[in-house]
Amino acid sequence: MKHTLQQVFRSGKFIFGFSILVAILLIVIIYPLVIPDPPLAIIAQGTFFEPGIYVNVYDSIIAPKYTLNLEGAAAKRIASRLNSDDRLAMKEWLVAVGIPEDEIDIEDTALLLELWETHFDPKTQIAGMTNARRNYYIRLNASLEGLLATEAAIIAVKNPTTGALEEKSVVAQSDFVNANKVANVRLLPLGTDNFGRDVLTELIAAARVSLQIGFVAGIIATSIGLTLGLLAGYIGGIVDDIIMFFTNLFTVIPGLVLLILISFSIGQERRGATTIAIVIGLTSWYWTTRAVRAQVISLRNRDHVNLSKLSGHSIVHIILNDILPYIASYVVMAMILQISSAILAEAGLSILGLGPRTTEVPTLGLMMNWAMIYYAHTLGKWWAYIPVLVTIALITFSMNLMNTGLDQVFNPALRD
Amino acid sequence: MAERKVCLSGSGLTKIYGFGRTRTVAVDHVDFNFYEGEVISIVGESGSGKTTLAKMLLGLTSTTEGEIYFQGQRRDISTQRKKLEYWKNIQAIFQDPFSSYNIFNKIDAVLLDCINMRGGHGFPRAKKVEMMTEACSFVNLKFEELTNKYPFELSGGQMQRLMIARIFLLMPKILIADEPTSMIDACSRATILDMLMGLRDEIGMTIIFITHDIGLAYYVSDSVYIMEKGKFVEYGTADEVILNPKEPYTKRLINDVPKIYEEWDLSTV
Ligand SMILES: Nc1ncnc2c1ncn2[C@@H]1O[C@H](COP(=O)(O)OP(=O)(O)O)[C@@H](O)[C@H]1O
Ligand SMILES: [Mg+2]
Repeated sequence: MKHTLQQVFRSGKFIFGFSILVAILLIVIIYPLVIPDPPLAIIAQGTFFEPGIYVNVYDSIIAPKYTLNLEGAAAKRIASRLNSDDRLAMKEWLVAVGIPEDEIDIEDTALLLELWETHFDPKTQIAGMTNARRNYYIRLNASLEGLLATEAAIIAVKNPTTGALEEKSVVAQSDFVNANKVANVRLLPLGTDNFGRDVLTELIAAARVSLQIGFVAGIIATSIGLTLGLLAGYIGGIVDDIIMFFTNLFTVIPGLVLLILISFSIGQERRGATTIAIVIGLTSWYWTTRAVRAQVISLRNRDHVNLSKLSGHSIVHIILNDILPYIASYVVMAMILQISSAILAEAGLSILGLGPRTTEVPTLGLMMNWAMIYYAHTLGKWWAYIPVLVTIALITFSMNLMNTGLDQVFNPALRD
Repeated sequence: MAERKVCLSGSGLTKIYGFGRTRTVAVDHVDFNFYEGEVISIVGESGSGKTTLAKMLLGLTSTTEGEIYFQGQRRDISTQRKKLEYWKNIQAIFQDPFSSYNIFNKIDAVLLDCINMRGGHGFPRAKKVEMMTEACSFVNLKFEELTNKYPFELSGGQMQRLMIARIFLLMPKILIADEPTSMIDACSRATILDMLMGLRDEIGMTIIFITHDIGLAYYVSDSVYIMEKGKFVEYGTADEVILNPKEPYTKRLINDVPKIYEEWDLSTV
């Protein structure tokens, strides 16, 4: 037994898969302890904020100011408001209103702006220009205002009695705040989702719930499958016939269809994460039964089982001591597979909108479902679904890798 | 000769495996009377149904047809309790020692099971150890060296000796030894056989000795049954059958035994 464990932990594939899984488990357990935010709290007003560091503007203004004279700061500022696409568009306009092409240098911001100022008129009709394009030019024009300005900006407050603006402070272009000294800075590594929730916090909570669903469903399926497989295989006869009848019934009806029908008939309101886990477990035990039964049948006529009978052991003792240890490694592998397929089954169900009800906990499947309903993928909001896919892939990949490693240890023929 | 008492007999005993195209008649209507205290050999080629017959006698596999009588009574093993009672009287040593043991159990457990089976549940630990030590020393094994070891850490010969130690503790009336020496090295064979015979003298049991080696059968047994394709084709005392064979099959079995004093005719090989 100890020997086998040693061998298992010498298998590179197993260790790799196991490390990934342990890392995921650790993150899932430790992250909520460090950052106890409720995962479903809506923090953003609006949908799909990009990943990044969000610095509170008000707090930045009142934070202590530092002057840093950085070369290229102005250029960066301008570039952030006027990118190369905009410059090309401006050139296009200028050419259309009759400026010779070689007189326009789009790299020279000052010259470009000067030409633009003199020649842009929203009322000019340009042949073949769509309304949308014209609106784009109007927006662009508005954003250019004060682009080259170098004066400081004034922060003013309204006097509550007179309503007049009173100067509060002045913000020069070379003013900086130390982000550490700004009271409110929020890191959103994966941005926010369609509801305005922090995707990372939500994702980690979802991974945790999905793993829980996987483990519960996997344990249920494996216990049922193992018990029935042992009974059918060892006792045989009518017991075997009855068990195999139900097993075949389940085999013939595709598991997902059954799962969909049951989930649908339970109804959205009564479908919690636990219910879903139980339903998945109750619909996926059958192949473990088949596999265990086949193994037991090949074991039950072995001499060591016969010897155990001759030594006066009961059926229960023989099943637990002379059969179970011989198939234990196999059962562990079956259970790992059950867990990873249960996680996938939950994802599948939730994508179809038949997963756990959406008000309590997120799951990986629900996050996919939300991303889909709100067109995250058409809108290019990758952070709302790619990390979810990667998490699902990592979990199932790590488990399958562990299984391959175990398989190599237990079936020496597969060893490389 | 004193009156011989029948301890195990069978009539029309048959075992058929499978059905349709896979139907195999492994044992075909055999009748026999095994007498108490004798060594009975069952000799036949491999595949002739010896092991199947042994499993039926042991109650480890069902019979398709026929009856088995134990000590004059129709054998009844319909419940687990009756089976247990039966197995106190009849025990076995299997052909392959390497597959006879549960690899997850230690040697102590194997021997303790035997003590428990003979009602030794409540014995103090010291007494159990004493019994196990005695059983081991009977087969020339040192219990102190074996304790906490697993059977697969022993050699084939040692494992088969441990099997005999098991029988020593169980003291059954009948022992079925199914080719107990065929899977172990030639050097250990004689030792194993000597120990088996020694054990018989010690506890006076009946031995049903299954072998494919008719020479070995002649060496150990009182009666010999020759088995061919599931049938007993010839039986009688060892002298009758082997010195005076009537069936061509028996003659062939006898001729297959190499004789050291005869020169080998290599041209026929
Ligand atoms: N469990 C089984 N299922 C089907 N056929 C079997 C089984 N066990 C033995 N047989 C068949 O029964 C015949 C007798 O086998 P066996 O009793 O093992 O012979 P022996 O012990 O004399 O070598 C063989 O043809 C064998 O293939
Ligand atoms: Mg055999």
